[in-house]
Amino acid sequence: MEKNKHFLVGIFDDQDELLHAVEHIRHAGVKIHEVFTPYPIHTLEHELGYKRSYMPRAAFLFGATGTTLAIAMQSGMMGIDWPMIIGGKSFLAIPDFVPVTFESTVLLASFGMVGTFLVACGLHPLKAPRLFDRRSTDDKLVMAIDLGNNSLSEDQIKAVLKEAHANEIYRKDFTDEDNSESFLTYLVDLFTKGVTSSSRKLN
Amino acid sequence: MKSDVQYNLDERYVFSDKAKKNVFIVLILGIIFFAIGVAMLAFGGDHSAAHALAYGDPTGHVGEGGHGFSWVTRLKSDLWINTVFFTGITMIGVFFVAIQSAAHVGWSAALKRVPEAFGSYLPVLGVVMLAIFLWAGHDLFHWTHSYLYNETLENGQPNPQYDEIIAGKAGFLNPTFFIVTVCFIFVWFAFWFFIRKNSLAEDLEGGTERFWKIKTLSTLFIIFLAISSSIAAWMWVMSIDTHWFSTMFGWYMFASWHVSGLATITLTVLFLQDQGYLKMINENHLHDLGKFIFAFSIFWTYVWFAQFLLIYYANIPEETAYFIDRFQNDLYKKAFFLNIFLNFIFPFLGLMTRDAKRKTIILKIVCFGVLAGHWIDFYQMITPGVLKENGGFGFMEIGLLMIYIGVFVLWIGNALTKAPLVAKNHPMLQESLNHHI
Repeated sequence: MEKNKHFLVGIFDDQDELLHAVEHIRHAGVKIHEVFTPYPIHTLEHELGYKRSYMPRAAFLFGATGTTLAIAMQSGMMGIDWPMIIGGKSFLAIPDFVPVTFESTVLLASFGMVGTFLVACGLHPLKAPRLFDRRSTDDKLVMAIDLGNNSLSEDQIKAVLKEAHANEIYRKDFTDEDNSESFLTYLVDLFTKGVTSSSRKLN
Repeated sequence: MKSDVQYNLDERYVFSDKAKKNVFIVLILGIIFFAIGVAMLAFGGDHSAAHALAYGDPTGHVGEGGHGFSWVTRLKSDLWINTVFFTGITMIGVFFVAIQSAAHVGWSAALKRVPEAFGSYLPVLGVVMLAIFLWAGHDLFHWTHSYLYNETLENGQPNPQYDEIIAGKAGFLNPTFFIVTVCFIFVWFAFWFFIRKNSLAEDLEGGTERFWKIKTLSTLFIIFLAISSSIAAWMWVMSIDTHWFSTMFGWYMFASWHVSGLATITLTVLFLQDQGYLKMINENHLHDLGKFIFAFSIFWTYVWFAQFLLIYYANIPEETAYFIDRFQNDLYKKAFFLNIFLNFIFPFLGLMTRDAKRKTIILKIVCFGVLAGHWIDFYQMITPGVLKENGGFGFMEIGLLMIYIGVFVLWIGNALTKAPLVAKNHPMLQESLNHHI
């Protein structure tokens, strides 16, 4: 399977121009891979036609897991394994369980969400993040279009980007090596250089 | 995203005859229910007497005339529940405006006239509250009996009814201080009056001068309310169970009031929209209101539970007495659990998703549920303390609540007609009109 990825990158200066460009480009039948902006832009996700994120549902499931685990743990310990009378209450004194259950729910929901977020954003350790343009963390709005995902040719897409007033247009390739890093390389780099190869390549 | 909804910033609310007719139907139904309730209680055969028979009065006197109980006492208790409940809702209307102004909130600018209209009802409730206290004080508040405070009788003998604990609290638990707490309502009204005056002047003058004046007033109001609402909560409700106290009580009642107030604001906005007003309020604003109700329902639960757990866990007799009256009494057990269900589980699951907060029908259902829940909250705070084993829930409670709702809606509907529905020169109105989340 071809792992090399080819992108066209368009750079914009102004958020209104970007919003119009997104509308124009999608109207021309070009699929946009992703847009990177240094700050959140209202309605951009709407213009890009993003579907609702699955994150809230993941949060609910992690939280529910935490609730279930905490209740099971406390009932198991206090009710079955080693019943003890504390403060004259019954073995399964539900109100006493509430604080621990609450904390456990919050703990699992937050840890679970950190993990989910890293996976959802492609930031987990073994994945090399694709940084299209460093300036997207400073003052430029960067649009990436995946050539492999579009039926139009590179020149046609370039023309569409130009029509949409992109300030700069260039091609960016990610090689096979960039896309998949071996776990060993990752660890060796992390411990010997204090930095992973993927982050080095970003330069 | 530009919305293509046409709206009119100069619109004024007209309290239509149809709307008035509906309110009068509620009022008349309320009066009929109330009359049925009174008749059932006064001429016997009602279910609360049956309860008293079934569960037994500790004194052995049951049913009719038992232990000096009559339906009038129950009426006094119900009047007190509704008066305290509606005072809270009305006060939260002013509080909402004040918070939005003090925190420079933009999104709510277009709907701020709705909570702003609530404040005009405060003096009515203040007068009603004072009247009920003067008429029913001895039945509602045990501490109003003067014989509790004298260590010796006039003939020098020790007073058998002397209550050392209550006598020790005489500095706070006295009628003068009670009237001070009722005066808080009038101070809240005074703050509202000046906020309102500036807000209306802003409509004519524009500029930001009035905005800053309202901000100053709002900040002072919030500081005053933080203290006065807490003291009022101790006086109006906590002192019914005179021997019992809770350091969480002020917050607990405030949380209850706050959720009810937010639900009322949301419902008023939704009903105005149903009648074709406030077209500029879209699902984004409703989403924010829904978030408020969701968040403060959880806050209420937090405060309620913080109060309950410590008392449950420590198991100190003078503290648990309060919950034994409610939790281990079959008359009030249902209200106790319904309270937690309607005020926590229902809004928590009902308003959890984003879509639920943006759909008017779900918002309406949850608002009604939460309002019913918090009425029950006040019911279970007040009734067990006042009526003990003679309490109950029937036509009288429903009828009286409907009367209170009818009068409230009439008054607020009328207050809404007094000013334009949108503060058109509010400096943050543009932000509100373009609100998007």
